[in-house]
Amino acid sequence: MKAIVSVKRVVDYNVRIQVKPDGSGVVTDGVKHSMNPFDEIAMEEAVRLKEKGKVTEIIAVTLGGAKNEETLRTALAFGATKAIHIKEEGEIQPLTAARALAAVFKKEGASLFIAGKQAIDDDANQTGQMVAALLDLPQATFAGKVDAGLETLEVDLPAVITADLRLNEPRYLKLPDIMKAKRIPIEAVTLTDLGVTAAPMVMTTKTTPPPTRSKGIMVKTTDELVAALKAKGLA
Amino acid sequence: MSKVLIVAEHAEGKLNAGVAKVVAAATPIGSEVHVLVLAADGASVAAEAAKLAGVTKVLVADSAAHTSPIAANLAPSVVELAAGYSHVLFPGTTFGKDVAPRVAAKLGVPQVSDVMAVHSATFFDKPIYAGNAITTVETPAGTIVATVRLASFTSVAATGAAAIEKVSVATVAATHTRYKGLEAQKSARPDLQSAAKVVSGGRALGSSENFKVIFDFADKIGAGVGASRAAVDSGYVPNDMQVGQTGKIIAPSLYFAIGISGAIQHLAGIKDAKVIVAINKDADAPIFEVADIGLVGDLFTVVPELQSKM
Repeated sequence: MKAIVSVKRVVDYNVRIQVKPDGSGVVTDGVKHSMNPFDEIAMEEAVRLKEKGKVTEIIAVTLGGAKNEETLRTALAFGATKAIHIKEEGEIQPLTAARALAAVFKKEGASLFIAGKQAIDDDANQTGQMVAALLDLPQATFAGKVDAGLETLEVDLPAVITADLRLNEPRYLKLPDIMKAKRIPIEAVTLTDLGVTAAPMVMTTKTTPPPTRSKGIMVKTTDELVAALKAKGLA
Repeated sequence: MSKVLIVAEHAEGKLNAGVAKVVAAATPIGSEVHVLVLAADGASVAAEAAKLAGVTKVLVADSAAHTSPIAANLAPSVVELAAGYSHVLFPGTTFGKDVAPRVAAKLGVPQVSDVMAVHSATFFDKPIYAGNAITTVETPAGTIVATVRLASFTSVAATGAAAIEKVSVATVAATHTRYKGLEAQKSARPDLQSAAKVVSGGRALGSSENFKVIFDFADKIGAGVGASRAAVDSGYVPNDMQVGQTGKIIAPSLYFAIGISGAIQHLAGIKDAKVIVAINKDADAPIFEVADIGLVGDLFTVVPELQSKM
């Protein structure tokens, strides 16, 4: 059984996000990037399924410019058996990504699509569900949890799964695996090759920093605390 | 002319409290705001939705296919009924996030996730990078599908009396997905996402047993109970209590952060709280930088003392 895992290169989790002073976006040049953490969880899950013999091939797919190749190298170090780079410069939004990923899924004859529930840059939380819709497949989203507790769904394959935080703990990549991954060829395709038309885009007109909260007052005793709450009409 | 369709979330015959906030987001968009209830028997949910101020009509589509909240079954019904609407809105909960993209993809339109402000029918603000930046976006032509960030809107009052209309859909339940049930954390306490007051505990609680201090205090003041990611990861309390970037994003009038250091990921979940009170024994904890009222002290003495005075 073939599994497709979609992986995205994003600004690293630990980077403090800076909004450009002209409001044109956030600073991404010269900033550390890495694989979207939720996609790492998706990769880990696919590798575990392969180790259990449920999955035979793991195809890692990414969309974007040349730099995204490093994310595919990470996926190969995790244990992907094949990597496909959908080369496209410029911004790619979820519906276009989903159309391309659905095309790859069909072309490869895969049975399972796994992705992180969302990327930590645009926080859209859309692509997996859109892939499922376009292929008319069942979807199990946020594998790990829902708001109200733990919901259990049973789906038939082929299916789409999106991974949440607590599905697993991704492994540390070992140096020999990272080195070996550098030598595996990556297949490059374009949206045109896949017969995909880009979807209409949501345009960003302005990016601003969030409003900041200012430091309040410090109290020394619970009596002072109760008094401060009373002053605000909260006690 | 804008006409808005809101897809209602509900469980056990009750409307989700978040829907009243989605109505608040929809009101400035269009003069017609309809709520769609997809259920096996949506009568009680529809009656609640009809009371929300600003709602002009409630549509109830009763179908066996809507018995469980399965996106693959609900999305085709929404798509079928979306014709004639300029906007289709969902609450930004796991329910809305599950179904909305499936609807957008079928309609061939992009989706706006987590609308936090409505400037016009086509201009919205939404957070990116976990709320570390806010973007203003303009939607292209076509139906606008969006999820609404609940923490950014205040619920409309239950003073309306909209008409309820029965509609039918062609949806047949897919056989590929089976709903096996929800292992919910049953609680008599106010729901974390809609509570006016929330008390959260962090790693400093030290154990599951010690969390009783938090629960007791919350019960005294009628608050919902949350936790930091550290407390959840340590196994003190279940996942669904986590407040923060990867947990729940909340906007209570009063928030108590107790024994919580204030990591960026936690702060992302409480930015919209009206008043933040921090209690921590470490005077240098980052939580004090954002707290409206701070008290340095040992939570195990401070909290019971505070409880007796409130």
